[in-house]
Amino acid sequence: MEAALGLMRRMPPKHSETALSALLSLLPHHSSDLLSQVDQPLQILCDVESGKEFILCEYNRDADSYRSPWSNKYHPLLVDGPYPSPELRKLEIEANEVFSIYRDQYYEGGISSVYMWEDDNESFVACFLIKKDGSKTAQGRRGYLEEGAWDAIHVIEVGPEEEGIAHYCLTSTIMLSLTTDNESSGTFNLSGSIRRQMNMDLATEEGHLCNMGKMIEEMEGKLRNSLDQVYFGKTKEMVCTLRPPSEVVMRLPDS
Amino acid sequence: MAEEVEISDKQKKEIAKWFLLNSPAGEIQYVAKDLKSVLDDDQVYNESVSEAFPVYNKSHVICLPMPHRSGDVLVTSYGELEENKYLDPRTAQVATVDHVKQVCTEVRPASDEELSSPYIEEFRFALDAEILKYVGEAYPKGVCSVYCANGKDVEEPGSDFELVVVISATRLSPQNFCNGSWRSIWNIEFKDDAQVLELKGKLQVGAHYFEEGNVQLDAKHECHDSTIFQSPDDSAISIATIIRHHETEYLTSLEASYSNLPDNTFKDLRRKLPVTRTLFPWHNTSQFSLTREITKELGIEK
Repeated sequence: MEAALGLMRRMPPKHSETALSALLSLLPHHSSDLLSQVDQPLQILCDVESGKEFILCEYNRDADSYRSPWSNKYHPLLVDGPYPSPELRKLEIEANEVFSIYRDQYYEGGISSVYMWEDDNESFVACFLIKKDGSKTAQGRRGYLEEGAWDAIHVIEVGPEEEGIAHYCLTSTIMLSLTTDNESSGTFNLSGSIRRQMNMDLATEEGHLCNMGKMIEEMEGKLRNSLDQVYFGKTKEMVCTLRPPSEVVMRLPDS
Repeated sequence: MAEEVEISDKQKKEIAKWFLLNSPAGEIQYVAKDLKSVLDDDQVYNESVSEAFPVYNKSHVICLPMPHRSGDVLVTSYGELEENKYLDPRTAQVATVDHVKQVCTEVRPASDEELSSPYIEEFRFALDAEILKYVGEAYPKGVCSVYCANGKDVEEPGSDFELVVVISATRLSPQNFCNGSWRSIWNIEFKDDAQVLELKGKLQVGAHYFEEGNVQLDAKHECHDSTIFQSPDDSAISIATIIRHHETEYLTSLEASYSNLPDNTFKDLRRKLPVTRTLFPWHNTSQFSLTREITKELGIEK
């Protein structure tokens, strides 16, 4: 298992789907471990009832069916799949509505889904998912990207409320791949995946959704920033170490 | 869900080779080590590495020091005489390479049949000297070699031939979680009847940064150019000038791609700030739902 995760850390992130399915076929007995420990690009399905798309993940899956956050029904239909309690489902509905406005403001498109489920110790876990295809043929409004994929997975464990304060533990993963292609510069692809954790104790007077949303917004901002500044920056540094840009423009002597 | 079906050894080998061939620059040994324990099958493992390593070494143009301090040899299909024998035209030596260990075990002088004719060698030698000068200036860790890809036995003017310039620069810095490589391959066709040189360049740059994450750059570019057929020395100078020009331009365009990221390219995935340019009003979210309820009740939902 350790070696399998080691391989995933070295394969190009844009091929993570292929790499994961390769590992699954080599290690069929570890399939559940692999699926829970290796983040993979998100898949989507269309909710037949609402006509809206929703995102699939381990948290809305039962057997081979996935629960839609819009209609609360399993696709394909499942007789006795697990559901959140009516109270938690109410929060889930609200979270889906608000989160899709958030998503639209930051992503100008894309798909989002939020799933919640009860935890063993009187509290709950929520999973916020965003998938954006920024290719110029999809929802890349500015048309810069030949291909562009962004998948965000945020899982928040919410601890039981004590004296108006709850503990929130957020684990976020971003997977992205962007490719530009033009005649003068050829194909240029950057792909990556990073995962970070954030813990906070917050007053619950404004509600769980408000707290979770603020944490996700802060985390997404941080991750985007470090991908942009640190990770992409380090690969650029490497390129410039391999072939330093010449400060002086070389000129041929006049002949 | 993955079905628990045993796959054949042949399929396992294909998968193993896929992992090996997708290893970033300088990381195939680490990938092989992990793969060995994932496969847990020595026969499949050994077959996979013996097939994948030669392909990887050649496509990454790895550079190996030859024994007795007799210089470096580049592992490339242009210098390949047999699967594990590679010609180094500059020192006129043939190196025996252990692909899986990535070392050069033996070296012997090249035979006359393995080398180019004196006529071709004059062009090759002059170009090698110019490229060596250019690579020494432009690439701190660059290694280069010039091969004859076609017409090595041409004895005198009147026939076409082809030289290939291979430039490889690798920087491995695992303690800083960063590895990278730059490879350029330039095919130069010497067209005797038209008295022109046709140049085709393939440039490939990769970088991997993996401190608490996995981010990789994969950039490729192809370019063409041509110049007139001149004496060996003058041809060498104009070829080196053309290569220098295109590679400098490519580096500039790579820097431009990077500087376009924050404000243009990346924005099509996720904006830095919402369209409203202020943080999302999470504390007002209950009102959001409220307004939605109202619009729904009034039947003005879009």
